[in-house]
Parts: sequence; C-alpha cells; structure tokens
Amino acid sequence: MDLLLQSVVTGVLLGCFYAAVSIGLSVSFGLLDVPHVAHPAFLVMASYAVFFLNDTYEIDPLLAGLLVTPLLFFFGLAAYRLYYETFERRGTDAAVRGIAFFFGVAFIIEVLLILYFGVDQHSVTASYIGKSWRFGGMRIPLRLMVAFAVATGLTLLLAVYLSRTFMGRAIRAVAQDEEAVRLMGANPVRIKQWAFGIATAVLGVAGALLIIVAPVDPTLDRAYIGRTFCVVVMAGLGSMTGTLIAAIILGISETIVLTMFGASWAPAISFALLLGVLAVRPQGLLGRR
Amino acid sequence: MKRNALAFWGACVLFLAAILVSTELVANEYWFFAGYVILQFIVLSVAWTILGGYAGYVNFGTSAFFGVGVYTAVFLVSTFGAPLPLQIAVAAVVGAILGFAVGLLTLRMQGIFFSIATIALTIIIETTVTNWRELGGAAGIQIQRPPVSPPFHSYVQMLVFVQALLVVLSVAIARYIQNSWIGRGLQALRDDELAAECTGVPTLRLKLTACVISGALMCAAGAPAAMYLQYADPGSAFNLNYSVSVLAMALIGGTAHWIGPVIGAILLGVTQQLLAVTISSEVNVLVLGIMLVLFVIGAPEGIIGLFRNRRGAEGKT
Repeated sequence: MDLLLQSVVTGVLLGCFYAAVSIGLSVSFGLLDVPHVAHPAFLVMASYAVFFLNDTYEIDPLLAGLLVTPLLFFFGLAAYRLYYETFERRGTDAAVRGIAFFFGVAFIIEVLLILYFGVDQHSVTASYIGKSWRFGGMRIPLRLMVAFAVATGLTLLLAVYLSRTFMGRAIRAVAQDEEAVRLMGANPVRIKQWAFGIATAVLGVAGALLIIVAPVDPTLDRAYIGRTFCVVVMAGLGSMTGTLIAAIILGISETIVLTMFGASWAPAISFALLLGVLAVRPQGLLGRR
Repeated sequence: MKRNALAFWGACVLFLAAILVSTELVANEYWFFAGYVILQFIVLSVAWTILGGYAGYVNFGTSAFFGVGVYTAVFLVSTFGAPLPLQIAVAAVVGAILGFAVGLLTLRMQGIFFSIATIALTIIIETTVTNWRELGGAAGIQIQRPPVSPPFHSYVQMLVFVQALLVVLSVAIARYIQNSWIGRGLQALRDDELAAECTGVPTLRLKLTACVISGALMCAAGAPAAMYLQYADPGSAFNLNYSVSVLAMALIGGTAHWIGPVIGAILLGVTQQLLAVTISSEVNVLVLGIMLVLFVIGAPEGIIGLFRNRRGAEGKT
C-alpha cells in the first residue's frame, strides 16, 4: 500500500513535469497544426544549452533556462518562417514533407549534440539536486519537488497567457478559424509565427527541468517523442487543462508500471497509451473538435 | 508496352547475373557487406514507397518491420534450425500480418497521426523483444548459420544473391502496383481521400493492401540480416536510423515512380558506406539528415522530379 501511495505521489509530480515539457507542443501541434516531430529534439537541445551554462559558468540550471529562453524564441520564429515559406505556403503535400522535414531536423540536432558533447549522459549541479524529503513513509527527491513547482507554474502561466492576454487570444483565434482572422484584418501568419516562438521559448525552462530531473543524453528525444505526443493527443489538441490532466495520467501510469514490472518496460508505456488514445478516442479527453 | 516489359525483365536477369558474377570475383569481406547493405536498403525503400509514396502515408515504422523480420529469422533458427528460404517466407507472412494489423489500427488516422502511431509501434515491439528472455533480451543473441546449399560455396554469397532476388521481387511488385488499378487508386486516395472514397475507390481495401505488401517486403528484407551478422540485438535491429534512412532514400530519389527509391537507396547507400569508413558513423547520419532536409525543401519531387522538370522545360522550348 505504501508502495502504491508513493508511486501515485511520484507519478503526480512527474506528470506535472511532463506537462511542462509538452505545453510547447500543445501550442505548436495542438493549436497551429504544425507536425512538430522535432519538438523533443529542441527540448534536449535546450537541456544541453543549460548544461553548458551550468558546467562552464556554474549558473543555476533554472536561471540558465531563463537565459536561453530569448534565444529559443528567435530560433522558433526562424524555424516557423522556414516551415511556412517552404511547406505551408506551397500547400500541396505539406503534411508528408513537413513531417519528413521535422524528422530530418530532429536527427541533425541529435547528431550535432553527439559530435559536440559526445554520447555520454550529462547532468547539472545545484544545491537542490541529490537531497530528498520525507513525508511519513515516503521519500520524495527534492529535485522532483522543484521540477513540480516550476513546471506547474510554467503551465499555468502559459494557460493564463493564452486565455487572458490579447496575443494569447489571437493565437487561439487563429487555431479556431484562420480565415476569419484574416477577414478581421489581422495577419494569421505573423500570429502563428509568434505562437511558434512562444512554444519554443518555454522549452528553455522545460529543458532546465529535464536535466534537473534526470541526466540527459543526445538520443533522449526519442523517448520524449512518445511522452510529449501522448500528452498532447490525450489532452485533446490545444487544451491546456487537458495537457495537465493527461500529463498526470501518464506520470502515474509510468511510475506504477515501473514499480510493478521494472524499468525495462518504461519506454513502451507512453507509446502504448498514445496508441490506445489514438485508437479509442482520437479527439482526446478535452478535444476541440 | 510489351517491349517495355521485356526490357524490364531482361534488365532484372542482367542485374542478377551481375550480382552473381561479382560475388565470385570480389574477395574483400567489407565490400561484400557494403553491397549487401545497399541491396537491403533498396528493398526497404521500394517497400516504403508502396505505402509512403503511392498512398502518401509516411511510415516511421520501417525499423519495426525490419526488426520483426530479423527476430522472426532468429526465432526460427534458434528453435528449429530452419533454412533461409523458410525464414524469409515466414518473415514475409509475419510482416504481412503485422502490416494488416497496422492498417486496421490506423484506419482513421491520417498525416502525422499515422506517422506517430508507427513510431509508437516500433518502440512497443522493441520493448517487448527487449523483455523476451528466450530471444536474448537486451543483451542480444548469437546464432549459428545453417549449412549452405550446393550452388553457392559460401553462406555470405548466398545471402547477397538472395537479397538481390528480393530486390527484383520488390521492384517487380512496385512496378506492377504502379501500372495497375491499385496504383491509380492509391494515388487518388493520396491526393484526396474523401474525394476518392466518394467516387467509388475502395480506399480502405487499397490502404490495407498497401500496408500488407509493404510490411511483408520489409520483414522479408530483415530476415537475412540476422544470418549475415550471426547476431541480433533489439537496440540495433529496431534502430530508428533504419526508419530515417529509408524515408530519406525514398524521398530523395522521388516517390512517384519505382525507380526513385532505387536511385535514392543506391546514392545514399554508397555515400553512407563511404562516409562510415572514411569519417565516422555519426557524420554519416548528419549528412543523411541534411540531405533529407535539403531535398524536402528544394526538390520536393526528388531526383526523378528534377529530371522530369528538365525534360519538361526542354520540351517547351
């Protein structure tokens, strides 16, 4: 019983962390319909940027994550521009080649990371890593608590941004009806580009959390393809509340399977959940269509 | 039309004869292996094109089918000591069943959902094999080659020839599909699935057919690989690099005609083999990724598209 309770609690904490690494995809794929398979690769790249800053200048990983955020924002703007000019504007066949494009980009990032940092795992150092808290019979690593707090904050912040601010509402308007936005005299491409920039920028802090929670290696993005797409699809494309709920479901399922069957089954859980959701309820828990 | 077919089958016979002669002449083990890998990639990318090119369903699960082919062969050899033809035939049947299952499971999915589902399948099968003790688990498994049958004097030579036969088989199937009503139907559903369905194209049956044929060929291509290396482990048999390589080869060559993936596989396969020897296997994947991105942006129809455009431009002037 204690074991079950512990795994549920850890699962909830882990789930909030998964929400933080998935909300970017929830915007870019869920709202903008960009087949962004390279999202996890961008995430791992952000983690390596954080590792680099932490390793050479001994900057706190969370602060480092904030420092790389503006860079990621502009990177996202450029990436969307390239995608738009080469695929969306030409129209025909954009889906097939768009996916191939992002898949190729993901592999390029992976190999560049291998060439520069090597295939070994890397981790960061900070005062809150390595300690743990005790609640009754449970032991909760402090790093997971930090990740939980920051991740929840980040997710809520983005949810508020999308529902309360002018630009956030504009992004959701584009997602609902691009043609109507155009008729209102706004430029949907600029709004989408901005949204993609935001979606990439949040990876700064998310990448910091990724490397705080566990060591990172260049091919980690493959596991996170499953986790992030699982969360976003299960959430119902573009729903922020759904993202949080779906991420917690994923977190709990992972920790329970992990304690019951062992770590070797871990990679399959998110993908199996994803397949299940796609087969049974493709519109997700809180779907918009 | 008749002369065309004659030329095609003549070329196939010439190709097989050339492979047979070169396996007699070439002594260097490395060139043997390089040639084998390229033949294997031709089969995989032609098989990929049947679903990914003609029907427009981007399959990221090439490595799932390939790996299942590898492990079918491993299972048959380690338990029954089955001969190579039987391994390939059983692998093809397993691949067809798996393809059918993928088709059924992903009926309602299009575009990226189909692609993500195929990645998911790869990882799930890989994890299952990793946890399957009888097949060696994560550490991999060693296997003994069965004795070689008479016309060949070494097992490796036989494997190369068999893979060349698979090349001919897959190209012939792709060519048949392309020129028949199946190919036209697939093209229709690729351009607009709803419109195709409304005009009476049996989209569902066609999609399943494409999944089954593509899956069977991919699995069949995987079966001899285990015999070549005499070793298999889930990490390399199900490596996503197979998926991205095959995807790149097909898209770079062009997916509108069966010759596209053949050209792409030869071009990229040779480049990869040279790069892997001269620089490193990481650079090799990097070049692959960059070429994929460049072609997808700059030459969406692939190499055959470039030639066709030039011919079209000359025709106009």
